[in-house]
Amino acid sequence: MWAMVSKEFRELRRDRRTVAMMIALPVILLVVFGYAANFKVSSIPTAVVGSGATQAAAALHDPVFHVTQVDPAAGEQDARNLLRDGKAVVAVVTGSGAPLVLLDGTQLFSVETAETALAKTAPTAGVQPRVEILYNPGLSTSWVMVPGLAGLILVFIGTLITSLGVVRERQSGTLEQLAVMPFRAWEVIAGKIVPYLIVAAVDLVVIVAIGMGVFHVPFNGNVGPFALGAALFLLVTLGMGILVSTVSQNQGQAIQLAFMLVLPQVLLSGLIFPVTAMAAGVRWISYVLPLTYFIEISRGIMLKAAPISSLWEPIGLLAALAVVVLGLAVFRFRRDLAPSSKKEVAAARSTEPVAS
Amino acid sequence: MSSWGLREVTVTRGHANALAGVTVPADPSGVTVVVGGDGAGKSTCLQVLAGLLQPTEGTVLRPPKELIGYVPATAGLYADLTVQENLDFAASAYRLAGRDYKQRAQALLEQTGLGPARRRLGGQLSGGMQRKLAVAMALLHAPALLLLDEPTTGVDPVSRAELWRLISAAAANGTAVAVSTTYVNEAARAAVVVLLEAGKTAASGTPAQILDGFPGRLGVMEGAGRPAPLSWRRGVTWRVWAPDGELPAGARPAVPDFEDAVVAAALAGQQSGQRSGRQSAQEG
Repeated sequence: MWAMVSKEFRELRRDRRTVAMMIALPVILLVVFGYAANFKVSSIPTAVVGSGATQAAAALHDPVFHVTQVDPAAGEQDARNLLRDGKAVVAVVTGSGAPLVLLDGTQLFSVETAETALAKTAPTAGVQPRVEILYNPGLSTSWVMVPGLAGLILVFIGTLITSLGVVRERQSGTLEQLAVMPFRAWEVIAGKIVPYLIVAAVDLVVIVAIGMGVFHVPFNGNVGPFALGAALFLLVTLGMGILVSTVSQNQGQAIQLAFMLVLPQVLLSGLIFPVTAMAAGVRWISYVLPLTYFIEISRGIMLKAAPISSLWEPIGLLAALAVVVLGLAVFRFRRDLAPSSKKEVAAARSTEPVAS
Repeated sequence: MSSWGLREVTVTRGHANALAGVTVPADPSGVTVVVGGDGAGKSTCLQVLAGLLQPTEGTVLRPPKELIGYVPATAGLYADLTVQENLDFAASAYRLAGRDYKQRAQALLEQTGLGPARRRLGGQLSGGMQRKLAVAMALLHAPALLLLDEPTTGVDPVSRAELWRLISAAAANGTAVAVSTTYVNEAARAAVVVLLEAGKTAASGTPAQILDGFPGRLGVMEGAGRPAPLSWRRGVTWRVWAPDGELPAGARPAVPDFEDAVVAAALAGQQSGQRSGRQSAQEG
């Protein structure tokens, strides 16, 4: 047995990436997720509109209401638009009669916190507001989770499975052959991504259909913007898989790295814990994760019927991430496929012999 | 027709030279065999020729990628694809289609004897069949330069003979072929042989030139123990090489053949390397 133990330690010592993961990862995970794992919402973006907006904003004593907008000129439709566009989670509409409090039902924890705070605030203000929960009136967890889970499943398919693609070629020796064949780096990457893109797209349709059929999750918006957001999101996740594959020497390393990219998306994308409830020190991580933006798009379209004009920000950011991740993947992959100089490549396209 | 190959190529890895001023000609209709032991630099030569490695110094002459066929030292095929699917992939990569492709694929399947196995997965083929499939994939587009990295290593004698038939047929059709091998008897089939020893050329030329260049004398001895430092086993006897012409006592003079010439050249290369290593150490 000691012979095996000794051999394992020797192998482990030479696999520095695994050792680093075994030692550093638990510490990082504990610190990051310790700060991220927070159901308690301490700040809710709140808008107050209507003729009595200034007074109503002053009456919102509870510090949980983070009043970001006070607009006496705006009306109820403006307030609804603010919630739909994700600019506010709570909107108070003032005017004649009792104020109307609109709550974004896609933000479960924020709504629960807001309802508790309102129950305390209303008696002291001497008014009994009408409360309307939009987009998810029954505060159904599955309505909120299914659009996010669809993205999470695509992350698993896209990043984990694709991460093995180039490594498998490297380990079987076919990467050398690909390098000699008249392919360009982007052609190989596109060839690797397209089949998974198609499979993942089919998966997405199935997941959404099951969510609608079994969990009765509505699909209130347009399919077009949803498809655009999903396509961009898939490109990023598949690109991440390819990028992992290009920096890994074997399948074990690829799985480790892919896991490092998938796990934060499970916990830091807003799927489980509200992004606004995370400590500022780890919240920035959420903003570089593609799932954060896909969840914004999928919940926005499926539950809120948000138009593309209100989703340009997450769609644009996903597009930027796709360009960066795929660009890096092509750059890394080109080093494997085309070590020859530019001069050689240019000459190789002609029928003249190549000299270096 | 153009001649391809390496001219005075040096490849540096870290502080060491993987290749030092090596020349490997690869002429159309000819087979060049790069022979040497493990770590001699054979694969590096072919990788530089294929464009997978950049030389530190020297000249590389090769056709465009579309006209190169390359089989690496590994399997060189997709284990999860059938024989036919592997050929289909190679055809797509080189933009082959239609009747030309079908005829060419059919001919190669017949030449390799892989016709009955066309629906079998690459990973289920024997080692010899895998190498033949890899060579067939590399030959599919009728390359101007065919590079085969140890295509016969670990392959049974019958499959080796079949592989060499393929290689000879490719050369006969005008392809320049460069093959690396550790088997000296295979080098005897070549138009040009380049013998590598620790990244340096120990000998090069036609087999006849290498044989003519045999330095010193060769002897044969019997016995269990190694009779001299510069000796090697051949069947039940020892071959003894005397670079200075003075054979040890008990050695019967013998006429060297090509294999003796290659082994003697490799030993000469080793001695030269050891001498220069000692010299560097003293200077250091």
